[in-house]
Amino acid sequence: MSRYLLDKFLYTVDRDPSLVERYRSDPAGTVEWWEQDMADLLLNCHVAEKTTWQTFTSEEREALLGHDHVRLFELGAHPFLTLTLFIAMFERDHGPLEYQRAYARAMDHLHLPYPDIAT
Amino acid sequence: MATVAAVIASTHHPFYYRASTSAGADRPPFADEWVAKIEAFRQTLTRAEPDVLVMVGSDHFHQLWLDNMPQFLIGKAPFFDGNFYNEEREFGLPRMLLKGDEDLAAYLLRSGLDAGFDLAFSNELRIDHSVTCPIITLRPQADLPIVPVYTNIFAPPMPQPARFVQLGRTLRQLIEAWPSDKRVAIVGTGHLSLELGGPRQFGEHGPDPEFDRKAVAWIANGDIEGCLAEVTLDSLHAPGNATHGFMDFMLMMGAAGDGVKADYADGLDLFHTMEAYFTWYPA
Repeated sequence: MSRYLLDKFLYTVDRDPSLVERYRSDPAGTVEWWEQDMADLLLNCHVAEKTTWQTFTSEEREALLGHDHVRLFELGAHPFLTLTLFIAMFERDHGPLEYQRAYARAMDHLHLPYPDIAT
Repeated sequence: MATVAAVIASTHHPFYYRASTSAGADRPPFADEWVAKIEAFRQTLTRAEPDVLVMVGSDHFHQLWLDNMPQFLIGKAPFFDGNFYNEEREFGLPRMLLKGDEDLAAYLLRSGLDAGFDLAFSNELRIDHSVTCPIITLRPQADLPIVPVYTNIFAPPMPQPARFVQLGRTLRQLIEAWPSDKRVAIVGTGHLSLELGGPRQFGEHGPDPEFDRKAVAWIANGDIEGCLAEVTLDSLHAPGNATHGFMDFMLMMGAAGDGVKADYADGLDLFHTMEAYFTWYPA
């Protein structure tokens, strides 16, 4: 389980306009590239000072590939990061608040306690 | 010594800027009432005639990240840029530039450390909507220097609620002991019940109106004891998965004082989350 890495993916994509578009249009290519080239970057260090051990589990990778916000929630990805990024990618295809409400309805089967988000 | 001219606690709704500046068909039906309430709330800061604002808020995974996460942090810098690309994108917030009060920041860091809070610091901090929203609502001319105080209400493990109250009390005491003739307002923003990214998000009201009713009473009455008797890190999951932001209200209750009723209290029941506005004028 690598909740931290899931959050790192969502965080680094959400803050970069070009990556938001890339992940929207090509989730498989973006996730593969990101895990290969970005997952080990230590954000406040020189590129040569990479971490050496970051990797997604297969179910985390699948959730990201599938743009599956419900599964990401179940896996303990930080809900604020997922929501912010997914609004950026998909709100444009819907009317006002329509996407946000559909996003909630897709999680109607989930009840407290929610999955742990501690990293 | 410095004067604490006002203690102000508020929600920070990132949609206010867009709602209040939109016109015609884009203007939501609740905008006029919201603007009227904000303008009345703004007067409570204006009449305090502050020289400097200590701004309590929380970075929403903008600059602060999980590879190096502070629990409590003070910004000490001559300037603070404000708002991030994803806040422009989602909320339409403008880029801002605020002045910093480095003397007060340095004083709070030194005296805070000596008072038992191992405060982190930042000399280059870009502030997010938890600080810029109350500037927009309470001081839109953005002319006063600030000292940002960031808390972790976002990434577990977080400090206990009582620690937020203690930090609020300590900030108040330290500012009152600051050798300066300035008038300082302590302005902090948090949340009532709030759900983000979960099944209860974006409802017709906040996710837990009963919690909101109790929370407003705790704040308005300065009922720190009653609040601490019910609120724990675990209990805050129940009203909504982002309700830990209420701990910033608890910090402000500590700054306002035990049992001290707010001099001004107002609110607005909006979709998604409830707005709440409080001002205290220390004697």
